[in-house]
Amino acid sequence: MKAAVIVFPGSNCDRDCKVAIERSTGASVDMVWHGETTLPSGLDLIVLPGGFSYGDYLRCGAMAALSPVMTDVKAAAARGVAVVGICNGFQILCEAGLLPGALLRNEHLKYVCKPVDLKVVNSQNRFTSGYGTRREVTMTVGNGEGNFFADAETLARLEGEGQVVFRYLDNPNGSTADIAGLINAKGNILGLMPHPDRAFEAELGSTDGAILFQSALASA
Amino acid sequence: MHAKVHVFLKPGVLDVAGKAVENALHGLGWPDVVGVRVGRTIEFDVAQDDPAAAEAEVRMMCEKLLANTVIESYQVEVS
Repeated sequence: MKAAVIVFPGSNCDRDCKVAIERSTGASVDMVWHGETTLPSGLDLIVLPGGFSYGDYLRCGAMAALSPVMTDVKAAAARGVAVVGICNGFQILCEAGLLPGALLRNEHLKYVCKPVDLKVVNSQNRFTSGYGTRREVTMTVGNGEGNFFADAETLARLEGEGQVVFRYLDNPNGSTADIAGLINAKGNILGLMPHPDRAFEAELGSTDGAILFQSALASA
Repeated sequence: MHAKVHVFLKPGVLDVAGKAVENALHGLGWPDVVGVRVGRTIEFDVAQDDPAAAEAEVRMMCEKLLANTVIESYQVEVS
């Protein structure tokens, strides 16, 4: 099993993601600098980590979405490789057009950093199958622009196609329809604001993030 | 030609920064201020002498990078 974490200038959860994936799955994890034009071969999982890529210049994720490595990330995603964008990574996926919608400033203009309870809305996909019949999981959020927005038409499509994967039980940022995480239509790209990489050992308060990485790699 | 691009959140999208600024203006003694929107202006020169061609090029830049048309609208001025 092989995974890669993309490192953008300003990423700050890249090491966390590497350690989280290694400890929870045993997979080997390559750190790939954003300026690379090719990804390592044989990847089963690509993670875009949290942080403040390019200092959030212009818009969160906008510059990172145009990084050289993203051409190969898009190609891998098109081949069906699993891609997970966490927090800033979710913003990058939206800016790159790999996921629909966008992330706005939090409704109350506050940076939110705390554990959140999530409802697993869809467990019939490669990222959440490991939760089995569980319908509630806990992870940590840390974001100032995590307020998911999509127009009514897009939202109806996301709901209709079962692309909403996680919902907040107590919405911390004003996200439309309490959406915390969603997948693309093909089901191989997941974007979520909560951090599975901050919930992979009991000492961190939750191990639910480990199950997400295990599911993503088990289905590879 | 010189280009100025004004980017704002679309009318239907909640502009929380605009709301905060509006509240602050109310607090400073302008209680009648309504509809504050906070946007950004980006300006630069393009190597194009024809205004129509310059505007078309800048609009492409907006679509590809300067604005996120899921949530933002933009206005282009060339001079």
